[in-house]
Amino acid sequence: MSSFSIESVNPRRRRTDKVARGVVLALTLIAIVPLVLVVYYLLKQGLGAISWSFFTTDPTGSFLGDPGGVKSAIIGTVMMVGLATIFAVPIGVGVAIWLVEFGRESKLAHAVRYFIDVMTGVPSIVFGLFVYITLVTSGFGGTSFAGWKGSVALALLMLPVVTRSAEVVLLLVPNTLREASYALGAPRWRTVLRVVLPAALPGMITGILLAVARAAGETAPLLFTAAVVNDSTFNLDERMNSLPALIFQNVGQAQDRLVQIAWGAALTLVAMILILTLLARLIQRRSRLS
Amino acid sequence: MGAGTIQAAGDRRRELEGSPAARLPDRLLRWGLTALSVGVIVLIAFFFIRLIVESEPVFSEEGIFNYLFSADWVPSRQLYGAVPLIVGTLITSAIALLIGVPVAVATALYVTELAPKRIRQPLTVLVELLAAVPSVVYGLWGFFFLIPKLLPAERWFADTFSFIPFIGGSVTGPNYFIAGLILAIMILPIVSAISREVMSTVPREHKEAALALGATRWEMIRMAVIPYSRAGIAGGAMLGLGRAIGETIAVTLVIGNAPSIGDSIFQQGYTLAAVIANEFGEAASDPLHRAALIAAGLVLFVLTLLVNGLARTFVVRAERGTRAAKKPAAGMAG
Repeated sequence: MSSFSIESVNPRRRRTDKVARGVVLALTLIAIVPLVLVVYYLLKQGLGAISWSFFTTDPTGSFLGDPGGVKSAIIGTVMMVGLATIFAVPIGVGVAIWLVEFGRESKLAHAVRYFIDVMTGVPSIVFGLFVYITLVTSGFGGTSFAGWKGSVALALLMLPVVTRSAEVVLLLVPNTLREASYALGAPRWRTVLRVVLPAALPGMITGILLAVARAAGETAPLLFTAAVVNDSTFNLDERMNSLPALIFQNVGQAQDRLVQIAWGAALTLVAMILILTLLARLIQRRSRLS
Repeated sequence: MGAGTIQAAGDRRRELEGSPAARLPDRLLRWGLTALSVGVIVLIAFFFIRLIVESEPVFSEEGIFNYLFSADWVPSRQLYGAVPLIVGTLITSAIALLIGVPVAVATALYVTELAPKRIRQPLTVLVELLAAVPSVVYGLWGFFFLIPKLLPAERWFADTFSFIPFIGGSVTGPNYFIAGLILAIMILPIVSAISREVMSTVPREHKEAALALGATRWEMIRMAVIPYSRAGIAGGAMLGLGRAIGETIAVTLVIGNAPSIGDSIFQQGYTLAAVIANEFGEAASDPLHRAALIAAGLVLFVLTLLVNGLARTFVVRAERGTRAAKKPAAGMAG
């Protein structure tokens, strides 16, 4: 065998390679910059606002005096997102079960998938507008703005995320499980509810938590549906405050203390969403083992 | 004997299937879930019809053509021409794509092809975290940080490169560029996630073949990775565009909310989504104004529908090309 030497790469090509890799690396670093800056400013501006009374008093709305805290906003966000989850999860999981277990590749199933995809793309503000014209202006249920109407708007946003992720997980449930259940004489409904669903549950929870995290940060649909108020309420039939709406409201105020409250609220909100996201990832990692 | 066996099998079968009453739960589940699924379709159809019906007053008052192609949005004079809004939406989204897509693709390339194994996962998580920050927080940050900090740089840029169209001229604090920049940050995670997913499906053989022929890393990327994942990247970019078009709160806070078409990208404007968020309070008492805002929502809906449809064809094409490529998961970025 004759030995051959590897010709060294032509310097121009080598330079191009170096430059291109450098550019890719630089752009990647640029992608991280906004995250660092946002987190830095959140901590710098937000930590100063946070105290015990920040969480235990309602916003006062007073421009000159004490701006109060964010208690009503936290309660509102938790209540509305909670109700939205109660709306969205059964429907979303139900549709996903139908798609995987019954609809499969039928025409109707394709149509349903298509419409779920359409829902994913609809801007949140348009959902807000929809709830506004169907439930708020018509005075549905005897109220105009109400917490539960905000929940409906959020649920519309969550529905496609829940359905899609649940569908993906249900498809992963091995067919042998279903066959084993049928072989033992279980009827279909029992197989679906007692065998398939529990097997898919951990994965579904991940999708649900991510949907919840997304809904918690939404502002636009709530402005039209739950409005912005100061007082705390646990009654979903009344107007409700929320963290994103409060932040939006306060940014527009040319008053430093209100702005500081907005930063504190933003920090609280991001912390809540991060915890949900981390939880979702942890559960996901667990469920992969099974 | 044969007949007896058949008879027994029939009995056995009936026994297994149970009486009609025993099969009731099965039917209930099946039809209940079917009804639920059909309900989703009905809901979206209803949603579309409601938007059309509620925006009808402005169309009959102004004419559809006039609404879409006239440039005067002056609610106090009952003038509703959506051109400044549509133009603002398109400009900000275009800026978002111009800045966001190259960065997102570069990030995906770095993570899949160049980065040391150890930092791949952390880097992916960092980019995904960008999606966890809510829109209103980006708006808050853009309003108090980006606008003041970038103003001198924007002024310098506008002066130095004033010969480029739509760059020169006066610079206002809130403007199209800032809005586009924030949108770029917001679409980065989804474009990057989809690009990454597509790039990870590039067959190893293609890459190794390129390297074996003596290609440098970059040449390998250019000749093996990019062509293979082009359609998927385009699909991801389109999904990002869909997001950018519909994004509301962050844009509302940094675009200045002026219903006019700015002379350059450093001037204030308005977008379809921002106008809805901003004016709906004052529109509550004025049916025509309200209809005009709902019509803006309708235009927004149709725009996102078109863009997402385009995205789907790209992603489907990419899937057909690669087969192995999975659907973009609805995960965090979804």
